[in-house]
Amino acid sequence: MSHDVVSASDLSLTFQTDDGPVHALSGVDLSVKKGEFVSFIGPSGCGKTTFLRVIADLEKPTGGDIQVNGVDPETARKARAYGYVFQAASLYPWRTIERNVGLPLEIMGYTADETRQRIARTLELVNLSGFEKKYPWQLSGGMQQRASIARALAFDADLLLMDEPFGALDEIVRDHLNEQLLKLWDKTNKTICFVTHSIPEAVYLSTKIVVMSPRPGRVSDVIESSLPKQRPLDIRESEEFLKIAHRVRDGLRAGRSYDE
Amino acid sequence: MDAKGKTIPVLTVLAAVVVIWYACVVWMNAPFEYDKAERAGTEIGFSQLVSNTMNQERPVLPAAHQVAEEMYKTIVLKKFTSKRSLVYHGWITLSATLLGFVIGTALGILLAVGIVHNRAMDKSVMPWVIASQTIPILAIAPMIIVVLNAVGLSGLLPKALISTYLSFFPVVVGMVKGLRSPDRAQLDLMHTYSASTAQTFWKLRWPSSMPYLFTSLKIAIAISLVGAIVGELPTGAVAGLGARLLAGSYYGQTIQIWSALFTAAILAAVLVMIVGLAHSYVLRRMGQKPEGAAT
Repeated sequence: MSHDVVSASDLSLTFQTDDGPVHALSGVDLSVKKGEFVSFIGPSGCGKTTFLRVIADLEKPTGGDIQVNGVDPETARKARAYGYVFQAASLYPWRTIERNVGLPLEIMGYTADETRQRIARTLELVNLSGFEKKYPWQLSGGMQQRASIARALAFDADLLLMDEPFGALDEIVRDHLNEQLLKLWDKTNKTICFVTHSIPEAVYLSTKIVVMSPRPGRVSDVIESSLPKQRPLDIRESEEFLKIAHRVRDGLRAGRSYDE
Repeated sequence: MDAKGKTIPVLTVLAAVVVIWYACVVWMNAPFEYDKAERAGTEIGFSQLVSNTMNQERPVLPAAHQVAEEMYKTIVLKKFTSKRSLVYHGWITLSATLLGFVIGTALGILLAVGIVHNRAMDKSVMPWVIASQTIPILAIAPMIIVVLNAVGLSGLLPKALISTYLSFFPVVVGMVKGLRSPDRAQLDLMHTYSASTAQTFWKLRWPSSMPYLFTSLKIAIAISLVGAIVGELPTGAVAGLGARLLAGSYYGQTIQIWSALFTAAILAAVLVMIVGLAHSYVLRRMGQKPEGAAT
């Protein structure tokens, strides 16, 4: 158990609202191993984002147990266990790209020298070298999201939590960023938890796909991908790929995700 | 709209104002001229009437050129140290305005920081802040002056405090909104870094609040000036624009009143403009997207 990056057992989270309790997560058992790329897929309300937020200690579970790097999420957060990428790039508009990427380093008290080196290295990693002095509004949506990924990579967290990071981008940019993300994952050996509601995206990126369904939010299928680690974009036309995608679709149907 | 496109409408409005003004001058000052003519037992012709109404010594409504002439005399020709110089009186009022504005801004920001960070303050302070502004400033100004006098404070500070009383309000309201303007994701981001409250404040809340702060400061500086003038009215102050207004009304010196009024208006416009310039300077330094730039 100790080598699991994330391990949840019988995890549940119920929000109390004016319309009565909402079971965002119910009886979730799951483990994420080091170096895995895990996608969470399901319709809205299935708890995929909530699960990511529980890992990040942005929400407190109401039942069950969860450990991140072998400790509770709050301790893990304080130990800077993860970098979080939000759906919107959430760059601070008054900071240049380099100062946005440097924000976590500033807060965590890195030296100026170290900060400079890390900014240069991570911007290089997401192909944004040369844009250091630009403000966010001067960049395209895809570039902004890359900058926000650089920001999550700037400090040495081994776990990268990504909440629909490419959801707001058009498909052409998304394909490109997916490819880049795989390369980056290969280069950095990070563990990645990735929330999406695109089946091709989930299948293309992941070593493990967690299919979730709503009301209550729960895991309906966990699929270990048999695709090789090296994945050119055209692997998406291969039979293997389509078979996995089909199984994801089946999982969604079994969870009654296509109802209503 | 570019400067050229604005000039013609502005000038048109200005011309209309001047025309209406002069029409009113003739209309309002005419009864006095008729009286005078009747007492002298003479008739007065229309052209004579018009020329007379525009050059009375104590008109009901002075003409624009009379006010301009008085302002030229009291601003440019008089020595700054003279008790009749409007620059001297203007400075007295301006110094109280600026001191009150600075204290009001600081107080407003402090209260807003407290309200945003402390639940008890959030619940308890805001109603008092709002209640404070429902009391007419004219009613409370003499009290402030009298009370402060009793504890040995007089001169600049009591007047400044009346400015403060008015100017802290827009700053509190604007800054509470500004410090709360960061969205959920921006705040969550700070949480994922385990940032301290102070770090979240200086790196996120404070920069986010800048546009709100400057919008509030524009209102605050203008009402600070109003506060300083009001502070001079009930206290028998001998110097300041408020004192000039009061003295003018005691002695029926309408030209003096109007000159003081215009000086105050120009002063307010200049102050608001300076804050506006500071506003655009700061936002430019913060990398704000220039207006009309393509995305």
